Amino acid sequence: MKKVFAQAYLYLLLAMLYAPLVFIAVFSFTESRVLGNWTGFSPKLYVNLFTGGMNGGSSLLAAVENTLLIALVSAAFATLLGTIAAIGIHNLKGRKRAGMQFLNNIPMINPDIITGVSLFLLFVFLHITQGYLTVILAHITFCTPYVVLSVLPKLSQMNPNIYEAALDLGARPSQALRKVLLPELRPGMVSGFLLAFTMSLDDFAVTFFTRGTIGLDTLSTYIYTDARKGGLTPELRPLMTIIFLIVLVLLVVFNLRQNRAAKSKAN
Amino acid sequence: MTKRSTWSIPYLVFMIIFVVLPLVLIVLYAFQDGNGHFTFSNVTRFFTDSDSLSTFALSLEVAIENTLICILLGYPAAWILANRKFNRSAVTVTLFIMPMWINALMRTLATAELFNMLGFTLGKGTLLFGMVYDYIPFMIYPIYNILMKMDNSYMEAAEDLGATPWKVFWKVTVPLSMPGVMSGVLMVFMPTVSTFAISEFLTNNKIKLFGTIIQENINSSMWNYGAALAFIMLIIIGVSSLFGGERESSAEGGLI
Repeated sequence: MKKVFAQAYLYLLLAMLYAPLVFIAVFSFTESRVLGNWTGFSPKLYVNLFTGGMNGGSSLLAAVENTLLIALVSAAFATLLGTIAAIGIHNLKGRKRAGMQFLNNIPMINPDIITGVSLFLLFVFLHITQGYLTVILAHITFCTPYVVLSVLPKLSQMNPNIYEAALDLGARPSQALRKVLLPELRPGMVSGFLLAFTMSLDDFAVTFFTRGTIGLDTLSTYIYTDARKGGLTPELRPLMTIIFLIVLVLLVVFNLRQNRAAKSKAN
Repeated sequence: MTKRSTWSIPYLVFMIIFVVLPLVLIVLYAFQDGNGHFTFSNVTRFFTDSDSLSTFALSLEVAIENTLICILLGYPAAWILANRKFNRSAVTVTLFIMPMWINALMRTLATAELFNMLGFTLGKGTLLFGMVYDYIPFMIYPIYNILMKMDNSYMEAAEDLGATPWKVFWKVTVPLSMPGVMSGVLMVFMPTVSTFAISEFLTNNKIKLFGTIIQENINSSMWNYGAALAFIMLIIIGVSSLFGGERESSAEGGLI
């Protein structure tokens, strides 16, 4: 009886959480410009989305491209910078280490709007024209702390003697780094990269303040401008549906794999 | 390996330029007039402008209400999810976390459109509902996490010593899960105060929150007043993270 109540509660909450997403998905299969007005089944919005056959359609695709490109570049740089930084921080002691970790926490605690406004002021102050470069620098700023936090635990779990052993056995430090240290850090780097990538994909406020006036749009800023104009581009419905599905499948697969790995370890 | 400590230097330089200097600039701009002279007028303007003050009060009110509702609805969900008697499915947990990985603007827009279609007038009610939609995963996840890590023998010991299930829950489970609740609060409260696009979508621009007036000032080139407002928000963050301690990092570290 208790179990029925408990599960009913979970499913009720889930139904509430997913109602808007399901709603968008359902209405992605009809042509009507107004949401909530069902004018019969049609895949036209999907066709439009992929062929660019819509009003302002090319700018929506461009926004998707920008979003992915910015996320990839920022996450790659953040992973590089964050991994090097984590190795450095791991070898620091006492106050210096605490200081670095404190600084590293700041971008994570700051709300997006503070990060956005403060970086906007920085670029104004330094007279840097805002565009792709400033957006990417801003994304690296708020992504790198997550990489540092993902890599640091791998360093402390690692047995330091392995690295020393490689050196004793005649490996050059660069070899020991590549052959011993990096493989140990790889899982942390991968999850740091994935975190950075999704953080960048999700961002709205920081991009909004650092994109300048050259008309650079990511998906978030596109949606924002579009919604403020009043009429939401109908092709956003199939796009959102596709994104929901991709995220859902990725997360379920990832979690099932993780669970299986955890179980096989336990056995 | 001690020489490797120099590897932290590039990141230190990076952070000084892109984290510390920008925050210093907020303070600098907040205490300057348009010509670069030192002034308190931006800050005093906020405290004498009834519009800004009421927006600020409303933002705090919405943020507190949102955080409380998220705890009230989210804690039971996290508890059920973490309880092996009720839930053994990792997929259900994933379903609760999934919205965290989807662009908040998209989810908010979908919510606002649904409200529109159902015929609700967009206003404070829909704002609060929408905020809860947006932020409840951020409350459930850290609480779930800490409940999963909790050592069951504490609860069993309490039961063996004669505590009723109700007592075990309130005297053992809840106090031990407080760090999770605190990091949930940090992940819900500050983002709610500072949000700007979300409140506009959910209320059809009828209700402005604090983030919106910061954005409006910056976008209309009133940098100094915008910076002063951001400075006030910075102080609130400082105060609330003092209460929250450093638990935030532990909650986010294992997100994936």
